[in-house]
Amino acid sequence: MNLRQFLAEKGYRDNPRRLAEDLIHLVFLVLGLVAVGSVLVITVYLVVSGLPAIIKIGPAEFLFGTRWASTAAEPEFGILPFILTSIYGTAGAIIIGVPIGFFAAVYLAKMAPKSVRDAMELCIGVLAGIPSVVYGLVGMTILVPGIRILFGVPDGATLLAAIVVLAVMILPSVINVSLTALQAVPREYEEASLALGATSTETYFRVTVPAAKSGIFTAIVLGIGRAIGEAMAIMMVAGNVANMPSIFRSVRFLTTAVASEMSYSSGLQREALFSIALVLFLFIMLINAVLNVLKTGGRNK
Amino acid sequence: MIERISGKRRAWCGMMRTFCYISVGIVTILTAFMILYVLFRGLPHITGQLLFTVPSMLRNTIGILPDILNTIYIVIAALVIVLPIGVGAAIYLNEYATNRKVVEAIEFAAETLSGIPSIIYGLVGMLVFCQFCGLGTSLLAGALTLVIMNLPTIMRTTQESLKTVPESYREGAFALGAGKWRVIRTVVLPTCINGIITGCILAIGRILSESAALLFTAGFAHNLNGFIKGLSSAGATLTVALYVYASERGEFDIAFAIAAILMILTVIINLLTAYMGRLMKRRNGQ
Repeated sequence: MNLRQFLAEKGYRDNPRRLAEDLIHLVFLVLGLVAVGSVLVITVYLVVSGLPAIIKIGPAEFLFGTRWASTAAEPEFGILPFILTSIYGTAGAIIIGVPIGFFAAVYLAKMAPKSVRDAMELCIGVLAGIPSVVYGLVGMTILVPGIRILFGVPDGATLLAAIVVLAVMILPSVINVSLTALQAVPREYEEASLALGATSTETYFRVTVPAAKSGIFTAIVLGIGRAIGEAMAIMMVAGNVANMPSIFRSVRFLTTAVASEMSYSSGLQREALFSIALVLFLFIMLINAVLNVLKTGGRNK
Repeated sequence: MIERISGKRRAWCGMMRTFCYISVGIVTILTAFMILYVLFRGLPHITGQLLFTVPSMLRNTIGILPDILNTIYIVIAALVIVLPIGVGAAIYLNEYATNRKVVEAIEFAAETLSGIPSIIYGLVGMLVFCQFCGLGTSLLAGALTLVIMNLPTIMRTTQESLKTVPESYREGAFALGAGKWRVIRTVVLPTCINGIITGCILAIGRILSESAALLFTAGFAHNLNGFIKGLSSAGATLTVALYVYASERGEFDIAFAIAAILMILTVIINLLTAYMGRLMKRRNGQ
């Protein structure tokens, strides 16, 4: 079919304005698909560049090997220390950060006067906006020496320092998402509970919080995603040694393993770093899937 | 309010309230401490020499002018590219899209993008922009990586403000005989300009604070360049410079000075977004 036939068939010949409108429509469609394309490119590149090393090293040895010695004469590529460190570090950050974030969100959503809430929203915004390297810097100069003196360990750059920094860094997203969920609970629920003789505090914790349950879970899962993906701040405070995780040892996370060796890596070592990124990506995808389930679950209710 | 409740209940309520106060106290003290500590350690080291010179091996001095310029270049380049794409995508989703599947795919993609950690953007950016596209380690490659990272932010804020444009505005314009594109250009977009500006401010904040994604795409160099030359050569932004000075060279005074600058920018950006939020609320309230 040639162009002239095509134009006539679509009715563009008699109506050039319609041609223009349809072209613009097409342009916007393409712009919309950029996001989809990016996700596809990221996934494809990670899989293509991450899989070869996993196959060469052997999936079991790669995932469950406990020794990482990428530059040794007999290199070993076991990333179990990184995986466990990422899991422990994230769990620690959640254990410390989520209760603080949760109670702060309940206070801000239900008890705080308007002026306090406005001020706190600004506080949380600033906390969320502080660059991760600044958190790392403050952690390096306060937490690391603090832990060394307080617990009498030779080096303060430990998993504990990383956990504290991560806990602070996930606070803003935990608070913000829980806050939105708590504020969306219908006022009638609370009024019914108050009318039955519950105190206001009982109402907030026994009625409002359960009603906002799925939103609060979403906040926690988002926090997990943040914590597991953070790289620069913990690279500065965690000591960056490929140990099996322990609270007072220097450790290396999945993210920092990639970041710390990338600049001088080559050959199989470089490929293994891409494999680590692929593992990290799979973790993130899992978290995304959980988020989606939570979201649709919340909608059906 | 006089409440006759048992001691156990009262104790429980008191405990829960105490937890709330403690948590809010912790958040407040943390924020105040972060801001004051960084400013206290950093401000004394912000000097004219630091701000307006380049690092010199000969005189053994450090200046961050190249890093400041690199940051400005990368913000401009990233925004110029991400704005049309993000706003366009939002317009497509809100004004054009009729196919439910396409909308879901785009929204799912945007959500996935906003969950991907920056270190992965850094790696893929390095593979795609630096190596595959042949840009090498350069500010432009860094900016393109940031474009993908910030796409969801711009899309979301624009979409939210597009949704607040009353349907009657569009209908009025259509009734006067305007085509779809004309309605969007002359009626819809001007009405939601505040939302787009908010998205830009948020994106600037994220670009300023990004480091992991830039480490392998934009590099560490501290050379003084013009805009065009700067984009095609490697360069450290403020955050990357902070990391290098703190972790690899042990220059904590310089690092804190940069941190203080970044902290001031963070506070300004937050005040601006809060102001824009109030502005939009007032307009929508009318």
